[in-house]
Amino acid sequence: MEPLTVLDGLVVPLDRANVDTDAIIPKQFLKSIKRSGFGPNLFDEWRYLDHGEPGMDNDSRPLNPDFVLNQARYQGASILLARENFGCGSSREHAPWALMDYGIRCIIAPSFADIFYNNCFKNAILPVVFNDKIVDDLFFRVFEHPGYRLQVDLPAQTIALPDGQQLTFDVEPFRKHCLVNGLDDIGLTLEKAEAIKQYEQRRKAEAPWLFS
Amino acid sequence: MGKTLYDKLWEQHVISTEDDGTSLIYIDRHLVHEVTSPQAFEGLHLAGRKPWRIGSMVAVPDHNIPTTTDSAGIDDPVSRLQVETLDQNCNHFGITEFGMGDPRQGIVHVIGPEQGATLPGMTIVCGDSHTSTHGAFGALAFGIGTSEVEHVMATQCLIQRKSKNMRVLVNGALKPGVGAKDVVLAVIGKIGTAGGTGHAIEFAGPVIEAMSMEARMTVCNMAIEAGARSGMIAVDQVTLDYLEGRPYAPTGELWEKAADAWRELKSDDDAVFDLEVVLDGADILPQVTWGTSPQMVTDIDGTVPDPAASEDPVAREGIGRALAYMGLEAGTRIRDIRPDHVFIGSCTNSRIEDLREAAAVVRGHHVDPGIKLALVVPGSGLVKRQAEEEGLHQVFIDAGFEWRNPGCSMCLAMNADRLEPGDRCASTSNRNFEGRQGQGGRTHLVSPAIAAAAAIAGHFALPEEL
Ligand code: SF4
Repeated sequence: MEPLTVLDGLVVPLDRANVDTDAIIPKQFLKSIKRSGFGPNLFDEWRYLDHGEPGMDNDSRPLNPDFVLNQARYQGASILLARENFGCGSSREHAPWALMDYGIRCIIAPSFADIFYNNCFKNAILPVVFNDKIVDDLFFRVFEHPGYRLQVDLPAQTIALPDGQQLTFDVEPFRKHCLVNGLDDIGLTLEKAEAIKQYEQRRKAEAPWLFS
Repeated sequence: MGKTLYDKLWEQHVISTEDDGTSLIYIDRHLVHEVTSPQAFEGLHLAGRKPWRIGSMVAVPDHNIPTTTDSAGIDDPVSRLQVETLDQNCNHFGITEFGMGDPRQGIVHVIGPEQGATLPGMTIVCGDSHTSTHGAFGALAFGIGTSEVEHVMATQCLIQRKSKNMRVLVNGALKPGVGAKDVVLAVIGKIGTAGGTGHAIEFAGPVIEAMSMEARMTVCNMAIEAGARSGMIAVDQVTLDYLEGRPYAPTGELWEKAADAWRELKSDDDAVFDLEVVLDGADILPQVTWGTSPQMVTDIDGTVPDPAASEDPVAREGIGRALAYMGLEAGTRIRDIRPDHVFIGSCTNSRIEDLREAAAVVRGHHVDPGIKLALVVPGSGLVKRQAEEEGLHQVFIDAGFEWRNPGCSMCLAMNADRLEPGDRCASTSNRNFEGRQGQGGRTHLVSPAIAAAAAIAGHFALPEEL
């Protein structure tokens, strides 16, 4: 996994609550057996005016000019500002894959759905939770100032605003450690193989029906 | 202090815990389907790893499977490749798979319990958010992403933090004609789709205790729509009676030993919950969603809300956007909404009791001419067979429904079964998100009885009004 430490990024605001994973990446793109290439179909139903299917040439599809990702001032954004319960719905990891592939490395919202939140960390995306008031204020600033950027510092757990203000955020130490160092947690878990085997021995004796 | 059911299940599976609370937990059962596994298998191959415990895995293709009886294979080459990739991976590693054409094939959350592969006290995961269904058996069951699927394959473990405890108590008794789907939609209507975020929900109380296993699965299935990764229900005699004799369930002496252990799987009387929500069963009426989130729900006597009446600007915009998408006017009576499609199926409501419930409403009637397509998609090959033995298929067919083969079908429209833009569907599935059943399609979530009644009446109605 790519490490994530500091990020100076343009912010794109997605001003709706309960954005679900079906909206982030519609189901027809889940048929792929790959991990990459989902970026052009991120928010497909909102982003394009026609119906998207896998294998289409996305460059020649009609764009929805009203959708925020299509507006010139937000091109190249790597920070997504969102509303409550972002990423609700299915467990599809295609959602963070699509965001990552598009170039999003940090998402700021008042709350995230649990599975999506978890999936972000596995894919080098940092989800940051701020309260409604801070998020509201950020939306206001982004709308007011074209080219609005934020500086995210994961090791320091801070986000710096252009006016010099600094916000601090919470992140679990283990998740931070993996993200900062780009660690594959399968490798970390396998270091505990002995403990796993011992657990299995004990459980086989206690509850043999779990192993038949 | 007493322990909750969730506390007990958690403690039994923790291998180690770090200072920050991050724990390594052991996974007993790993259910696998074709959509969220290929990249995980690929990861294993690339790293030269093998699954840790093949016997813990059961695989089944369901999301892409065609449901028309005359189709010999999958027409869509992209879908076909995904299903074939699952077959190849299962063959390669020797993983048990109920492939296409196997009478046991069906929706992963239907076949797990049906086979007894879902047992009380287990940790059960699947790369699918509706894994919460299996919590109905007193198991800790939750959906995971593909990286975690790979992690479980490679290590039999997951890195997790303990959730908080939440209890939803449903007291009293339900009115006749009100069922599990109405209960869970009413809960979501009350707490919202983020109401259970960060929590494991235990459903309890006299209404839940009086439910069959199939009804309990319907309730736990939609815990995820309430924001909780897992929903669960304590083990009782109903649980044991359902499981005894199923293919994967223990037998003889081992059954007795297991059943004794399982009877302990309930919250202690003095257990403390971080959050508790109480509903009275008698207050719940049949539910119908009107918007694009499961929390946008009211009862059959209700009306579509007016966005202007909402104080919160984000909510006001959300309601306005939902009504525009759904093609509904504020103030419309639910009974005046006219679906043109009816879908009875999905891991929420495709088990035999659901089909019996729908068939009882349909019997002797005919589908309204305003309905373009009414589909019944059983949850598994075995459910289908059982329904046919009971003659239910004939009831549906005589009424003008299509009787299909098992799969996820129009629940998420990854196969050929889908809505066209503007189509309006009364659906027994679990999600009414924009585009869920097909781009531009409009979904109203309801129980099997209400879906069946809508098919006959051509608008939302109670079965007794037909
Ligand atoms: S029936 Fe629907 S919700 Fe259930 S597993 Fe299939 S697609 Fe998911």
